[in-house]
Amino acid sequence: MLIGESGSGKTTTLNMLNRLIEPTAGRIAVDGEDVLALDAVTLRRRMGYVFQGAGLFPHMTVKENIAVTPKLLGWPREAMAARADELLELVRLAPQDYRDRFPRELSGGQQQRVAVARALAARPRIMLLDEPFGALDPLIRDDLAEDYRQIHNTLGLTTIFVTHDMTEAMLLGDRIAVMKDGALAQVGTPNELLAHPADDFVRALIETPKRRARRLAQVLAVGP
Amino acid sequence: MSGFDEAWSYLPAYLGAHVLLSMSALLLGIAISLPLAVLAARLRWLGGALLGFAGVVQTIPSLALLALFYPLLLALSHFTTETFGFGFRALGFLPALLALTLYSMLPVLRNTVTALAGMDPAVKMAARGVGMTPWQSLTLVELPLAAPVIMAGVRTSAVWVIGTATLATPVGQTSLGNYIFTGLQIENWAFVTFGVVAAAALALVVDRLLALAESGLVLRARGRIFAAAAGLVLVVGASLYPMLGNAGHRVVIGTKNFDEQYILGKVIADRLASAGVASTQRDDLGSSVIFRALAAGDVDVYVDYSGTIWTNAMKRTDNPGRKAVLDSIAQWTARTHGIRDLGPLGFENAYALAMRRDRAAALHIHDLADLANHAGELRIGGDFEIFSRPEWRAVERAYGLKFAARRQYQPNLMYSALVSGDVDVITAFSSDGRIARYGLTLLADPRGALPPYDAILLVSPAHARDAAFLSALKPLIGAIDLKTMQQANLMVDRAEDKQTPQQAAHWLEGRIAR
Repeated sequence: MLIGESGSGKTTTLNMLNRLIEPTAGRIAVDGEDVLALDAVTLRRRMGYVFQGAGLFPHMTVKENIAVTPKLLGWPREAMAARADELLELVRLAPQDYRDRFPRELSGGQQQRVAVARALAARPRIMLLDEPFGALDPLIRDDLAEDYRQIHNTLGLTTIFVTHDMTEAMLLGDRIAVMKDGALAQVGTPNELLAHPADDFVRALIETPKRRARRLAQVLAVGP
Repeated sequence: MSGFDEAWSYLPAYLGAHVLLSMSALLLGIAISLPLAVLAARLRWLGGALLGFAGVVQTIPSLALLALFYPLLLALSHFTTETFGFGFRALGFLPALLALTLYSMLPVLRNTVTALAGMDPAVKMAARGVGMTPWQSLTLVELPLAAPVIMAGVRTSAVWVIGTATLATPVGQTSLGNYIFTGLQIENWAFVTFGVVAAAALALVVDRLLALAESGLVLRARGRIFAAAAGLVLVVGASLYPMLGNAGHRVVIGTKNFDEQYILGKVIADRLASAGVASTQRDDLGSSVIFRALAAGDVDVYVDYSGTIWTNAMKRTDNPGRKAVLDSIAQWTARTHGIRDLGPLGFENAYALAMRRDRAAALHIHDLADLANHAGELRIGGDFEIFSRPEWRAVERAYGLKFAARRQYQPNLMYSALVSGDVDVITAFSSDGRIARYGLTLLADPRGALPPYDAILLVSPAHARDAAFLSALKPLIGAIDLKTMQQANLMVDRAEDKQTPQQAAHWLEGRIAR
């Protein structure tokens, strides 16, 4: 999980991983390979990317959106259709109801599910998610986040997930990287962060979920 | 055959040429605009420069834009002939095509640049993110999303081009404008209306079909796009079908923009046809354009007037008499341009100043010297050429003429202007039937400032030694006297029992045969 305030460099960092933004200095390695040594287009086709606000192509159907990267990679038509249906099942949208719809005919949550399916289409091992569920209603958001965590586990993915919500980060993340002013403030598991916050900023950030957890515990203890 | 029937009979040729020209210009315009606009959406300075240029082109009157391409191409053709040994036809299709192409570019350019530059950045980012190359992003995402807006631009262009193509007639390109230009000259309103309605109907049909395609793109309805494409193919196919049989070289007959020229053009066409030579007509050409076109081989035969060649082409200001002028012209055209002067048709169509008889009598004006005394209070009307021609300067100089006002008309409307009193004097044509009909007084030229204007038949260098061609036309030499020509002209000009040029030509042919 990449977390930090707006302007702290979360999205920039994420975008440098698949070279949507070129780093001006330093080295980025993916599986030990320097990304600058790879072809940017090939690199992007090997990673799934879920954009803030879905970023679906409005002139393509759900099926065409999902199959876009496989198509760029030259998959046969039947394989693309089968993959689209398989992924729609995975993100819990009934293929026969959704595959031929256009993005404008879907709700925000459904669009985001399609965006996840599109990112997974070419079987990447690395997924980049940029505040994917930020703009959604809390209920739908939790639902989606849970579903995604499941997919992540089932497929054995490496996911870099950008968020500004520490609660979300703690609930979903294996490791959390806290960013401040373009630099890493601390990297660790949720427990390490809770136990040993590196500085006041990290301490302040984890205060929110802690306070929420205490309040929630009190409410639940009193009972209905 | 009534005027309407005759107009109808020209439709296949005019519509086919009009559709071919408009379609070529539109396709060429799109082929140029689209890549430029794509480039311009990325390079801001280029976008500004392009839209600025296309905007300036729009402000040039379309008729002038068309006219400007003729001398430009003529110069280019001379250059390529001298440098590379080949030339091309500077009159007709090419200048019309280039001018209309320029004209068609603005809407497509503007809409494409606007649509591409205004594209949601998130969509472009997503295109890169899923692994598209810049080219794939353009062709798979940006252009498809911009397509409805681009299509709207194409629609505007199509309507503009179809309308403006009617102005291609004066640069020698046949179009639906032939109805309008010719109809205006001979006051045949059936012709004019026919041309206007045909052009408007064509524009409307194409606009509706493109609108269908546009809505198909918006709704992503393939059926609509196919239906629109099928409709367009049908319109173009049906228009061009009659032209298919006519491919191959045809002799080009040129005419200037008045009744007598149209009639003589038809007479020449009929003579050639009877000798088995197919021809087409290029109507409404200006005096200097038509002579250069003949020399360049863009026109193969036409009727000119000795005084016009004498003063405008040969730049002579003296007046050695009718016979001497004719002889020098025959020698000069052959020597300098290889043009064959077949000789005089037998009548003169001179520039002559004319007044209403009552007005001339009241002011005691009999000749140009008398006119000079009153010119300061009088208004003169002329055709589009006369006031810039050397003959006019010679007349002004010889008599010291200075008029209170000067107006220019289509040759035909000039007479109406004189009769209705809008002007007091006009630069009439002496073979015009309306001089006798309206009882106009022709003013004498005692100082001989105006040269003689014998009608002469000129043949292009390519046919100068073509025996079959020449012998088909020879019977016309010396065969038409002034009275006969005036009568033929009047048949076309008069309001009642109005005849078409083709009908007058038939009548004239009957007289020649006798």
